[in-house]
Parts: sequence; structure tokens; C-alpha cells
Amino acid sequence: MNIMAALPVALTALRVNALRSFLAILGVIIGVAAVIATVSLAQGAADAVEESIASLGANALNIRAGSNQRGPRRGGAGSGEPFSSDDVDALRTQLPIVVAASGTLQSNVTAVVDGVNWPTQILGAHPDYVEVRDWVIADGRLFTPQENQRSARVALLGQTVVDELFPSGGAIGSSIRLQNQPFEVIGILGERGQGSFGQDQDDIVLAPIATVRDRVTGFRRAGVRDPVQTVWIEIASGEDMTNAVAEVEDFLRIRRGIEPGAEDNFSVRNFAEFIRAFNETENILGLMLAAAGLITLFVGGIGIMNVMLVSVTERTREIGLRLAIGARRSDIRNQFLIESVVLCSVGGAIGLALGVGVSLSAERLGPLVGANDLAVSVDPAIALIAIGASAAVGVLFGFYPALQASRLDPIEALRHE
Amino acid sequence: MSTPLIRARNLTRVYQLGGGDVHALAGVDVDIEKGEYVAVMGASGSGKSTFMNLLGALDRPSSGSLVVDGSSLGERTPDQLAAFRNQSVGFVFQQFNLLARTTALDNVSLPLIYRGWSASKRKKRAEACLEMVGLADRMDHHPSQLSGGQQQRVAIARALAGEPSILLADEPTGALDSQTSTDVMGIIDQLNESDITIILVTHEEDVGAHAKRRLLFRDGLIVEDQR
Repeated sequence: MNIMAALPVALTALRVNALRSFLAILGVIIGVAAVIATVSLAQGAADAVEESIASLGANALNIRAGSNQRGPRRGGAGSGEPFSSDDVDALRTQLPIVVAASGTLQSNVTAVVDGVNWPTQILGAHPDYVEVRDWVIADGRLFTPQENQRSARVALLGQTVVDELFPSGGAIGSSIRLQNQPFEVIGILGERGQGSFGQDQDDIVLAPIATVRDRVTGFRRAGVRDPVQTVWIEIASGEDMTNAVAEVEDFLRIRRGIEPGAEDNFSVRNFAEFIRAFNETENILGLMLAAAGLITLFVGGIGIMNVMLVSVTERTREIGLRLAIGARRSDIRNQFLIESVVLCSVGGAIGLALGVGVSLSAERLGPLVGANDLAVSVDPAIALIAIGASAAVGVLFGFYPALQASRLDPIEALRHE
Repeated sequence: MSTPLIRARNLTRVYQLGGGDVHALAGVDVDIEKGEYVAVMGASGSGKSTFMNLLGALDRPSSGSLVVDGSSLGERTPDQLAAFRNQSVGFVFQQFNLLARTTALDNVSLPLIYRGWSASKRKKRAEACLEMVGLADRMDHHPSQLSGGQQQRVAIARALAGEPSILLADEPTGALDSQTSTDVMGIIDQLNESDITIILVTHEEDVGAHAKRRLLFRDGLIVEDQR
């Protein structure tokens, strides 16, 4: 008996006991739906992290001074001898793999427009900064190197600051008071949304680093001209990031006169890798959820086996008749195997639809319960694997009942009531 | 003289039960020629059903030889026996054994599925068989929509579908009233006239009277062979 002839037989048998068939495949449905939903959500989260890695700036490295663990004034990371604007220039001009470099100075500041106060962050940077971090200027323009050199009072506002202080628009060209000094708003930064750790990345004012140093923070360190808090550099695309980190470290050790064998008094961080490590925890979580789904699928298989055994018992006479009119034992076995596989595949298909549905509604409904940016990514390969796994469950758990059916004695089976 | 269609020599079938061996068949010798109409009669437990199960290759002899339609049934593999049941014999049962929720047409074409025939070829043959038993207008009916006599005619059509050399009928009228019994026996008589060999197992005298030869079984042996 070929499959084309067995298929209608299987479908009829399943339709006759529709409710029982449905209950039997419920376990498979839930298992597949759980696997699809969890894997899709985990994949979506992974994609979101990939995106936020890109939002950090492709190929960006972050350099900080080390901790100060000598003398009476000790401190944590960044409290050691800071880098200077000269270091930034040297990185950009002397290292061929560095395509852009910027120092940063960051401070709390209160922005005031027409008597309205808004506490925010001011970030002082070199013009290269927007390139290193892949920031976008949504409107207006960036400040020039000349404006930086002369500490011009110009600023670019993040979207949140614009919304708070210029609700009716007209920000560009207006005056804003920062640290009691008037700044001209020359641009608006592109919206960046929530950061990887939930902070509002649009609640920020960007200004030339010299302006921030001279007029806002007054950041000074003895012996360092034009100090900066951190340095961001962009490595030419196509360079190996691990080698690039080593090259930058060697360059900075020489510049800072560190003896061979002595410890670095600075750190170079590859942010993309940091985020990837964070992402791996999420992947492990996703794998565990998928494993739980697979266990459900296995339990579902037991339900399938149970209902197939019942079906074999109920249809003993039918089996006897089929044997009497010329079915081989293998025909009987295949008939019940096909039934079991069809049953499980139908369960797999329903589970797939349910899983995709749950994933998509989670994406839609997530923001209502505060889970913003809950991304979902349904991988077609996963869908195929789910259907395949269901069919495999059908074969695995249908085999024993099918074997039982094929071993019946035709005379006994025909007498069965 | 040519070899008979069925030749049994010292045919035995022994069942091992708790209390010891039961000789359902205790050494049967019989020849049945092609085209014969044979009634196998006897009380229950006389061995007539066992004899029929052996003829139909549903069971295997314990000893002795049984050659049916050129096949020595004791020496066949299970798959060869399945092919034999599919091609050489057609069964008609007391309880019809039709598949519920399956049309008369599909019931009749069932044996042909195991021959690997195409759907259209099966349908054509099944239609012809249903016409033969006078059910041309009931092809799409389910067994529950048919009377007992009609169901048994569907079962006969199913037995004929494979064009067997032997029709094995086990109490074909056992579940029917006397009027429908007469109808069903009429069809079986007709089939014999068209040269199909009929083996009819029954314990009813008037049903057995349709046959041209009567084998009377008692205690696993043929005690009477009337022509």
C-alpha cells in the first residue's frame, strides 16, 4: 500500500475521533508552540542586541585611564592620569588603523529655556565623535573643529531635551542656558531610544569638548593639558578587532612611557564583545526554554502513543479484515505509522501557527506591560525543524502501537468484538 | 487427470491449550476441483472453520500438505501468504466486516489497494463488482445506510474484486433473515454458474442444500462426502 492510498485512510480515522485526536496532539501543539515562541523571542532579543552593538558604533573602541592606586588620593577606574586631546590627535593621525577619534567629557547640567529647567547630561566631544558612535544629526549641523578650538557656545540637543524645552518646536537657532551661560542650539540629534540597560539615550546635550571643559565642568588635572575622561576611536572596517586592540595598547604604552613588563595604567574596551557576552546569557536562557519545550514535545509523544494503542485495540477487526484480504504485516504497520505521523504533523502545524501567533502578539502587547522593544524573529528554519521534530515524534511514539497492530493474528482479530 | 484446485493430504491442525493438545483437524484428505460448489458442514468444534482458515491461508497446518491453486501453503513466507490471500481467495464473513464510515465502493476496492492498483483502475473494477451483486445504485452509501442483505452483497463484491479462484464463505447467511438469506444464496449460486469455485461453511441444512457437494466434519475428520 503506497502513501497516497494510506493518507486518506489515516485522515478518515483521525476525523472520526476528532476530539480524541485533538486531545492526543495537545501535548505536541503546546510543545511546538513553546519552542517556536521562546526561540523566536530569544532570536528577537539577540537581533536587538546586534542592533544595539551597531548603535554603539561599528568597530568602536573605548579607552579609559586606569585607577589611581598610589599616594593618598586613590580612586577607581578613570582616576589615574587621564588622556589628553593631544593623545586623541596622536591616535587619529599616527595610527593608520584609526579612522576617527574623539575624547569625551560628561557632566550633569541643568538646561534652562524661558525659566523652564531640565536636568540632563552634557557630553563634550570632538567632532569625530558622531562618526565613531554612528550618531545621526537629525536637523541642523554639527559643530566644526574651529568652534571646538575656540570653545564656542554651541550645542546639539537630544530629542528628549527638545521635547521638554521646545515643545512647540523652533529649537534650532534658539538660545539655551547651560551652567548659566547662553548656548546657541545648532542641531538636533537623531533619536536613539532606550539603551541596552534601559537609560534614555536621547536625554543629552552634545557640545564641543573644549567648550565643556572650559565653561561647564572645568575638568583639570595637574601635568595634563586638555584632559579628557574617555577616548572613543573607530577602527578601519575589515580590521581584526583583537589585533586592533593590541596595536592601540602598544601605541599608548609607548606614549605614556610604560616600561615593558609593567602593568597598563589604562584599559581599551571592545564594547561589541562586552555586549556579545551579555547576549550569550540570553541565548542560554533561550536554550533552556527550548529544552523545556522539547520535554513537553516528548510528553506529548506519550499521549500520541496512548491514543494509537487505543486505536489499534478499537480497530482490531478492521486489522483482521485487512490481513484477510491481502494486507502484508508491513502494510498494517505502515498504515498506523502514517496515522501517527499525520497526527503529530498536524499537531506540529497547529503548534507552529500558535507559536508564531504568540510571538507576534507578544511583540504587539509587550509595550502595554512595559516590555518595550520586545523584538521577535521567526526563523523559517526553526519552523521546518519544528514540523520535522513533530513528525519524528510521530514515528518514535507510533512505532510500538503500529508494531502491535501488525503482529495481530488475523483469525483472533476477525473474532474480536 | 490434472491436479485439483485444492488437494489436502493428512492435513492436521493442533492447538496447544492449557489442558493439552486439541486436534482441530486430525488428518484430512480431500480433493476439490475447479468450479465445484462445496458445503462444509458440521457442528461447532467439528473443525470446519479451521479447515476454511487453512484454505484461506489465515492459519498454517501443523502437519500434512495443503496445495491450493498451485501453492503449497505450508512452505510460504508470510508475505507470500498475504499475496495468496489477495489474489487467490475471496472471503465472505458472517458479520460482513465492512469498514464503517467508508462507502460501498471504497470497501469493495480495498483488496486492490494492496495490489498497488491506481485509484481509477480500482474504481472501475469495484463498480463492475457492485453491479454484479445488484448494488449499482448504492455505491456511495455507507454500511450503516444499507440493509443486512445489502451489506453482505457488498462483502461478496469485495471478495470478487480480486478475481479469486476460490470464494470462501463462512456462514454468509448467519446474520440474515430467511428472505435476505435466499437473495444472498441466489447470488452465490450465480457466481458458481459463472465457474467460480465456492467453499461454503455452514451448519444450516437448507443453506448447505445449495451446494453440489457436501463435506461433513466431525471431530476434525471428514466423515461424509456427498456429491
